[in-house]
Amino acid sequence: MHTGFPWVTVLGVIPLVGVVAIMLLPRAQEAQAKVVALGASLVTMVGSIVMAIAYENDGARFQFTQDYNWIKAFGAHYAVGVDGIALALILMTTVLAPICILASWHDGDRPVVDDEADEDARAGRGPRLFFSLLLATETLVIGVFGALDVFFFYVLFEAMLIPMYFLIGSFGGPRRSYAAVKFLLYSLAGGLLMLVAVIGLFVAASHQLGTGTFDYRALLAAIDSGKLHLSHGEQAALFLGFFIAFAIKAPLWPFHTWLPDAASEAPTGTAVMLVGVLDKVGTFGFLRFCIPLFPWAAREFAPWVMVLCVIGVLYGALVAIGQKDLKRLVAYSSVSHFGFIALGVFAFTTQGGSGATLYMVNHGFSTGALFLVVGFMATRRGSRLVDDFGGVAKVAPWLGAVTLIAGLSALSLPGLSTFVSEFLVLLGTFTTHRWFAVVATFGIVLAAVYVLWMVQRTIHGPVAPAVEGFKDLSLRETWVIAPILAVIVALGVYPKPILDFINPSIEQTNSIVRDHDPVPSVPELSQTNQVDTTLNIDTGIGAPIGSSN
Amino acid sequence: MTSTTTAAVQYAHATGVFKLTFLLILLPAIGAAVLLLGGKRTNAWGHLLGCAMPIGSFVIAVIEFFALIGRDGGENRQLDQHLFSWVPVAGFHVDANVLLDPLSICFVLLITGVGSLIHIYSIGYMEHDPDRRRFFGQLNLFVAAMLLLVLADNYLVLYVGWEGVGLASYLLIGFWHHKPSAAVAAKKAFLVNRVGDLGLSFAVMLMFTTFGTVAFDGVFNGASSGHARTGTMTAIGLLLLLGACGKSAQAPLQSWLLDAMEGPTPVSALIHAATMVTAGVYLVARSGAIYDVAPHARLLVEIVGGVTLVMGAIIGCAYDDIKKVLAASTMSQIGYMMLAVGFGPGAYAIGILHLLTHGFFKANMFLGAGSVMHGNNDEVNMRRYGGLRHVMPVTFMTFAFGYLAIIGMIPFSGFFSKDKIIEVALDHGGASGWIFGIVAIAGAGMTAFYMTRLMLMTFFGNKRWPRDVHPHESPKVMLVPMAILAAGSLVLGYLLILGGSLQHFLTPSVGPSLEVGAHTISPVVLSIITLAVVAGGVGAAWWIIGRKPVAAEQAPNVRPYAHATRRSLTGDAVNEAVFMRPGQYLTRALVYFDNRGVDGIVNGFAAGVGGTSARIRRVQTGFVRSYALSMLGGALAIGTTVVLLRVGS
Repeated sequence: MHTGFPWVTVLGVIPLVGVVAIMLLPRAQEAQAKVVALGASLVTMVGSIVMAIAYENDGARFQFTQDYNWIKAFGAHYAVGVDGIALALILMTTVLAPICILASWHDGDRPVVDDEADEDARAGRGPRLFFSLLLATETLVIGVFGALDVFFFYVLFEAMLIPMYFLIGSFGGPRRSYAAVKFLLYSLAGGLLMLVAVIGLFVAASHQLGTGTFDYRALLAAIDSGKLHLSHGEQAALFLGFFIAFAIKAPLWPFHTWLPDAASEAPTGTAVMLVGVLDKVGTFGFLRFCIPLFPWAAREFAPWVMVLCVIGVLYGALVAIGQKDLKRLVAYSSVSHFGFIALGVFAFTTQGGSGATLYMVNHGFSTGALFLVVGFMATRRGSRLVDDFGGVAKVAPWLGAVTLIAGLSALSLPGLSTFVSEFLVLLGTFTTHRWFAVVATFGIVLAAVYVLWMVQRTIHGPVAPAVEGFKDLSLRETWVIAPILAVIVALGVYPKPILDFINPSIEQTNSIVRDHDPVPSVPELSQTNQVDTTLNIDTGIGAPIGSSN
Repeated sequence: MTSTTTAAVQYAHATGVFKLTFLLILLPAIGAAVLLLGGKRTNAWGHLLGCAMPIGSFVIAVIEFFALIGRDGGENRQLDQHLFSWVPVAGFHVDANVLLDPLSICFVLLITGVGSLIHIYSIGYMEHDPDRRRFFGQLNLFVAAMLLLVLADNYLVLYVGWEGVGLASYLLIGFWHHKPSAAVAAKKAFLVNRVGDLGLSFAVMLMFTTFGTVAFDGVFNGASSGHARTGTMTAIGLLLLLGACGKSAQAPLQSWLLDAMEGPTPVSALIHAATMVTAGVYLVARSGAIYDVAPHARLLVEIVGGVTLVMGAIIGCAYDDIKKVLAASTMSQIGYMMLAVGFGPGAYAIGILHLLTHGFFKANMFLGAGSVMHGNNDEVNMRRYGGLRHVMPVTFMTFAFGYLAIIGMIPFSGFFSKDKIIEVALDHGGASGWIFGIVAIAGAGMTAFYMTRLMLMTFFGNKRWPRDVHPHESPKVMLVPMAILAAGSLVLGYLLILGGSLQHFLTPSVGPSLEVGAHTISPVVLSIITLAVVAGGVGAAWWIIGRKPVAAEQAPNVRPYAHATRRSLTGDAVNEAVFMRPGQYLTRALVYFDNRGVDGIVNGFAAGVGGTSARIRRVQTGFVRSYALSMLGGALAIGTTVVLLRVGS
């Protein structure tokens, strides 16, 4: 059973073809691996753009689907397809991938080894391995977003860790081993809980439906029609299994401590792939699994999840302010941003959900840009410490300018893409959980503090002695950063194309947990008689004006 | 309560010449893009393009202005142009539209007119700066953002312009960002404004949950329909006021403006005197329909205005830095405007009147101060000036026009606009009317005092120039804009008030002016009282400063209140003690907590697991040994779940 052109499979396979081509390269020409990887990722990008154009906003819930039996014994399928949410995330992935590859141009050349004399340790770890791993990551991420079978999703979700583990562990900074193992163990712990929940879901389904299935669409239909009725206890247990796995991946507070280590030790391009792309699987998982499959539990747990989100928003920002290391600063800012994303998801409003999904896309570019510029500076200076910089804009004005723009997008300056999504998240939250939104909004002040204080100490001020020799952006660096900034500006001015395909999918997702969005207390003038009580705006300061007439 | 008497707001579709409105914004935006992205290639002609763009916008604005007044009373003078759908989400549609109406055209003319003059002036002022092109690019960016702010037809697009001007202000305050003081001042301005923007954000959210829209017409009609709770409307009014306080440097968010003087002087003239800092007044006047039904919020607007009016005037008396005196004066004058718009229905136009006249005479004086600095090796300390009227006669003359306008001397523009505010305050009646009326009159006296002090220290008295400074008059490219602004300082007030013309013109945007039955004090008597107080202020300044030579150094030992005044009435010390220090401790504590607390638990847990795994390692050897451990745990967990679920069902 399939509909339309099998875009998901095709997009997933192209980077794999790149991997095979890289493997076939002789050692003498291993540097060509970069070119192959860049080519493969660019073809994938073009393909995904064509897919987005072919996608019908008002069409079926899932499009470009394919469904084949995979493991008959327990009903696992190779089932793929995209809705608007997955489509947006796949687009982001495939656009960021070539940028990451170009940003990593030299990262695979000479990996750091513990013993400088040990050439053997270095031998297997050249560009061929590096770029194969990056392409493999891209394939797996596309698969995760496109999977429509719970078991298949789980397998890819876990498999994603492997290339990332090796990228950090083999090509990272001085503390790469610690960071890689921490990342792996943390993710595995979450994955384990999810595996339990996946099997639990299967068992429950096989009890009630007669045959066990991992088919996401079948499960969804069964839950919707009442054929599959999970008790409250079952829902709670299964919800938590999925939720914790995704909360670690995202990461939500307090499951975040692996992120600063992993992101700061990973090579720059890998960090972008990790924080910008891979982590979105967590927040995507909330929308795809936690809410539609376990609606009762989602409603029950939502306020508690939102508490975590709000704490994360403020906590991440405050800790970012206190960081001395640039990459850790960016990592903590992401903890804050992931709080916003999950807040919008669990607000169960169209504005919140669409905003959160758009936020996932925007965050990929925004944080990506920030990691990249920080990487540019760290490469020049040989240090990531804020105090080692100063006056960069004076010496290298373009580098200063792109750093500033990346920073402004992190603080959600209106006109840049992040503003639209952040405002939608806060607005969508405000209509249902006013005080969560109010507290979270203070995050926008804190974001301004960590960004502008960083800018003041690194690119402004007197030129630090070690900064004097800084070269301005190279041609390669310009090609890395300019497309991202262009996307950030374009989506800030005109986010409509993305919102148009996200919106229907969000409405369908939310319709499972909530009847309709809250309606305004004073609707259109013509309908003023039917003042709705769902949204009570009474602040207790005074009586309605109308009543005194 | 006059809420329900207002006719429903309805905007007409823009046709004909009004379809050019978007170009007003687009031209300077293109200028900014070309100059900022073009790099060194555009150095040679950058300043010319930078001037051409706002001038182009000004020409369009003038054409549209005449087209607008050409539409007689029966026709709709509020023209909305749809550009594109910006944020389309189910239940929340925001369009990128531009609204040209009497209120916005006033601002457009001020921004592009004064803006163009300041651009031209900057050709001369920034001539020797290697980054002059970047300066013009950022100045164009400001003009574009400011026009977006005043042309938006909904609060979310307004917010974009609102933070856009904040960005331009940040960039231009920090234009010489290698100076630590400039970098810090820029950051401070942005942060304080962000605090104010919190208010604006919350207001927009509250509007949405109340009215289901953030478009002006929907919100205003909802507000005047009488179906919204007064409490909600008060909350929205107060939140908008918080935003206005940040942008307009009103108490308690005033502290950034004095530091903002780190920016080049044309920036101070355009952004931090004539246009951007008055955006708060615009916001309140534009949201008149909301304040009409929120009297408590209006009272707070009056209080903020009254307090800042006095505060700015006191601070203005203490500084020796010519730009900081002018900045404090700006705070004080915006306080007047706030006070005026706080009086609500009928008085919004009075606030706008003072805003327009102030835009001219304050820009004039800032450009004059820039000219003085230009001729004195960028010296800003008035104790190093003195007697400059002989060497800089044109600057002196133009500055004098601004001076006479700001102290409210008849017939200069400030006389008309400031007197109107005092009159409105007293006519308002009640305790608040009397209190604010007297405050406004006293403020006029204080304004006369500190401005006379500035004049005396700069242009009169003994010459106190350091030996290596040879003051000289500025080039024509700077003097001509100053002269035009000086002419405006003289005639603009009279022109705008002629037959109540401005008030009448603004009626479609801010509602009709109120018919006052009887004045509390007759306007003529009031003018005489005010002029007498002003004369008192001038005389006091001459008595204290003018009679004897000014010392070239500030007296170090002064009474406590003077000390406090010199430190901006301790505003910075309060910020430091209440926000910065505790904030630093909090972030440090959290960083520690995160490393030791949250991560400590994780690492402790990992160490525990590690111990176990060390034992298992004897049996299993593998590279990713932990994976094996996890699989074992996984198998156990799966078994347990299966059993539990079977038992449970």
